[in-house]
Amino acid sequence: MRRLELILSRLAWFIPTLVGLTVIIFTVSHIIPTDPVRILAGENATAEQIEALRVELGYDKPLPVQLLSYFRDVATGNLGVSIYTKRSIAETMWHRLPATLELTFAAIFLSVVFGIPLGVLSALRRNSLFDHCLRVVTVSGLAVASFWLAMELQFLFSMKLAIAPLNGRIAGFGPDEVTGFMIVDSLIAGDLPMLGLVLSHLALPAVTLALPAAATIVRFTRAGVLDVINSSFVLYARAMGIPWSLIVWKYVLRNALISTVTQIGLIFGVLLSGAVVIETVFDWPGLGAYAVNSILQSDYKSIMGFTLWTGAMFVIVNLLVDILHTLIDPRSNR
Amino acid sequence: MAVWRQVLWKLLRDRATFLGASIILSLILAAILAPVLSPFPEDVFEFHTANRLRPPDGVNYFGTDRMGSDILSRLLFGARITITIALIAVGTAVAVGVPIGLVAGYYGAWPGDLLMRVSDIFLAIPQVVLAIAIAQTLGPSIENVILALSATYWPFWARLVYAETRSVKNEIFIESAIALGASPARVMILHILPNISSAIIVRTSIGMGATILTAAALGFLGLGAPPPAPEWGRMIAESRDFLPEAWWYATAPGLAIFLVVMGFNLLGDGLRDILDPRIRRAGGRND
Repeated sequence: MRRLELILSRLAWFIPTLVGLTVIIFTVSHIIPTDPVRILAGENATAEQIEALRVELGYDKPLPVQLLSYFRDVATGNLGVSIYTKRSIAETMWHRLPATLELTFAAIFLSVVFGIPLGVLSALRRNSLFDHCLRVVTVSGLAVASFWLAMELQFLFSMKLAIAPLNGRIAGFGPDEVTGFMIVDSLIAGDLPMLGLVLSHLALPAVTLALPAAATIVRFTRAGVLDVINSSFVLYARAMGIPWSLIVWKYVLRNALISTVTQIGLIFGVLLSGAVVIETVFDWPGLGAYAVNSILQSDYKSIMGFTLWTGAMFVIVNLLVDILHTLIDPRSNR
Repeated sequence: MAVWRQVLWKLLRDRATFLGASIILSLILAAILAPVLSPFPEDVFEFHTANRLRPPDGVNYFGTDRMGSDILSRLLFGARITITIALIAVGTAVAVGVPIGLVAGYYGAWPGDLLMRVSDIFLAIPQVVLAIAIAQTLGPSIENVILALSATYWPFWARLVYAETRSVKNEIFIESAIALGASPARVMILHILPNISSAIIVRTSIGMGATILTAAALGFLGLGAPPPAPEWGRMIAESRDFLPEAWWYATAPGLAIFLVVMGFNLLGDGLRDILDPRIRRAGGRND
């Protein structure tokens, strides 16, 4: 019962959180000192034209009225049109979403696949040379500026060694678009050379994005395993003659991963932040590069749309993590 | 005081923590002594285009940039920007987050819940995105970077102090202080705060590193101190046009950011091991 109660209380906060998110974003974007209508109207517009446009766009109404109409739009999925390109923001973002998700998922995949086993090994060989070396790597991974690492990787692998593409998601035409995920699309088309191309473009940005995430996972897994490995149930299992590897990789890991799973929710947010900068360096046509462009052009409706989307994604992922957490951890049902 | 002397002694004994503390001390010294240490202090704001893009040699240890300025000199003066931004931004975030967390944790019930939900909402927006949006809205300057960073980072301290306050609140010594007639403000400031200060110190050290990284990212995107200020992130951004020839251009500022952030992280890890025995039991570093 306790578990259900926990999940319900988290769900109950979901809508208020999204409403609050909208209010904060709306407030931040309305303290802009520059007048968006004036920018939109162009330099040669007369005062009458500007006022007419202001009425047309609804900017003449008081802020609370504007906020209400923004709520109505957001609730129906309408984020308005970009003041520069005049294209629907929601449509543009849908189009760019797969690129960002492909990059983020690749980074999560890399960090979990490398992070968890390395974390377990370094806990098992605590204070060995391997443990110390790995600690140097994880401490470094958390300290390096992602945009600098991205540039150095480009310098080494693209410019000097010429074994990876410099930037972009694909050179020339990609696979026929079905899902928008190029890995999936090239598999659907059965085009293996294309898959290789897609992966080679994905490699550098994904590694850059994954490094800090992997470092965090290694640290939490290591601490989690060390915490569990000395408990009495492990001693009992050993006394019962259960093979050591089975104890570690099945019983210890399941308990040790509780804190790691919580971290993955937070890591997702870190990755979304990281994608903003990394997509800019690699000219990756995703949401992050879109956000930076919108910000540099003061295209504030697009900024609001992007912030709202990423905020909502982060809230949803953490809601799922909370639910997953209560399912993995038997203690939360007490 | 004896406790703090013990803490200091333990800090100096652990090699990694000592390394972290030395790096931070060097950063502070570099910032203060920048005019003395720089081989070419006038290069920070003056251009010598005849010397542009020289690789590292005996005169310019880290090479020169696109304006012919000595990169080492600009780095040293850039340390001032980095440390100013980090200190004031984190200081403000602590000054806002700690009281909020303290009050919310002490009174609990719905005001506490509400405050925590508000900080949850702030945490739901990727920090870099919110900071970029605020910095862009207000225009590129050091002050606005500081404002953007404090506005995005206060919830971290609010959450931490809230959780810590909740766990300390029901201790017997708090109950006795209340029974003796201490006012809520007195209980919070004199009894709860000292007991949770170690957690705040640890989080602050690690928070400094994160703040420096975000500030550098803002500089990289052109939202930091306007040129010709020797901001490290901006120096890296400028170098992009000169790769692969001018390989040294981004190397020095990138390593500087790396070292400083690592310094704060190592110090934070070390402080956590010493000040927070619970984590230590969970297999921290000196296990």
